[in-house]
Amino acid sequence: MAQTKRDLLVDPLVDNNPITLQVLGICSALAVTSSLQVAFVMALAVTAVTGFSSMFISVLRNQIPGSIRIIVQMVIIASLVIIVDQVLKAYAYEISKTLSVFVGLIITNCIVMGRAEAFAMKNPPIDSFIDGVGNGLGYGALLLVVGFIRELFGAGSLFGVTILPTVNNGGWYVPNGMLLLPPSAFFIIGLLIWAVRAWKPEQVEKREYKIQVVEGH
Amino acid sequence: MSDAPNQNKGPIARFLAAPPDSVGKTVFIAVSLCLVASMIVSAVSVALRPLQEQNKLKDKQANVLQVAGLFEPGMDVLEGFSVFEPQVVELETGTFTDAFDAATFDDRAAAADPELSVRLSDDPAGIGRQTKFATVYLLRNDDGSLDKVILPIHGYGLWSTLYGFIALEENGNDIFGLQFYDHGETPGLGAEVDNPRWKTLWGGKKLADEDGSLQITVAKSVPPAGVDYHVDALAGATLTSVGVDNLVRFWMGEAGFGPFLENLKSGGI
Repeated sequence: MAQTKRDLLVDPLVDNNPITLQVLGICSALAVTSSLQVAFVMALAVTAVTGFSSMFISVLRNQIPGSIRIIVQMVIIASLVIIVDQVLKAYAYEISKTLSVFVGLIITNCIVMGRAEAFAMKNPPIDSFIDGVGNGLGYGALLLVVGFIRELFGAGSLFGVTILPTVNNGGWYVPNGMLLLPPSAFFIIGLLIWAVRAWKPEQVEKREYKIQVVEGH
Repeated sequence: MSDAPNQNKGPIARFLAAPPDSVGKTVFIAVSLCLVASMIVSAVSVALRPLQEQNKLKDKQANVLQVAGLFEPGMDVLEGFSVFEPQVVELETGTFTDAFDAATFDDRAAAADPELSVRLSDDPAGIGRQTKFATVYLLRNDDGSLDKVILPIHGYGLWSTLYGFIALEENGNDIFGLQFYDHGETPGLGAEVDNPRWKTLWGGKKLADEDGSLQITVAKSVPPAGVDYHVDALAGATLTSVGVDNLVRFWMGEAGFGPFLENLKSGGI
């Protein structure tokens, strides 16, 4: 399947989105989307990690022994995640305090491992890098959409700037507190998957079984 | 990999062309990858440490400002922090000491130093060793009289040691605020010690009753001493609440800042 570099970058944004189509990386998407700022930094962190881990794994792909390939991928991914965490602690300390736990969990984010195993092991470095960045951005795009909804209706603000003045601060908007809790992201992601698949019906999976009408004996 | 004749190639090319699944190559790849990865990670960590330390210090100063009610978002922390007068207190006597530079004295390092700390036999706060000296921050009014005093406190919660500050009014008995700046409690449960609404519960509470016995309690129900000494425990975080209760009572008690607070009350500061 020949894909141009542009396809590699753009496809994962909607058509092959890691969250809505592949339904990967849901766990962290629930946790980090209560505010846009945090979602944005997390999106950048994941994009950097998927991009570079795919690239490095791809460089080594002909030398990685099959018996330890998952461990090799994990070492590369884990090192990159530690570097990202350290950089955040140095340059964005406030955000790193809320994000630190989840940045560590990027190691176990299925998207990173998925791209390493499915794409980077079989494709050249530059393509792999673009594919990794594309998937990171696809993940990030969804985080931002969910974060936008949750922060706007849950806290009445965007990026910490008040849009809808809340009752607690003397405004008129009664915030929906449930949107600040992780389960709300489940509903929002579910509705988004529904919306995307209604828009692009080719993303709907085929039924694994079919209910048949059985004639009486 | 093609089976091209190998005799013309150097050792590196021959190694690269070798099948990756041989035992030798597997071991070599595993070991060398670990070495390279660890070197890169340690290099980054060492290179960024000064910045991180600076951030931690700034964060601690911002927390002192917050607990004293002086913090505004976007303010220059370093400049705001200069209103405080740091002093090192000898806990046993409750008096200031000039033996250390208060601006650089590190309570946490002192707690690990056998010369500067004692092993606790009675240790309700779960801190193991207690420093003999602690840095406190004084906030003075324009006329030089004492306004507030900010004391460092720490102790064990459920998973982690909580580090924080308690701000007291000049009488050494009324609590102005309490805040933790470093802990690893469960997000959503124990980590609610950071919840602004819970923190406001501390304002206006009193440490000790008229007889001078320590009454402040973090509990689900109001203690016999009355609401002035009661901070509602966190729902779903019993052990963290017990830990906070223990550590506040420990540090405000005889083994902690008790002597210092006595001196404060008698006007000796």
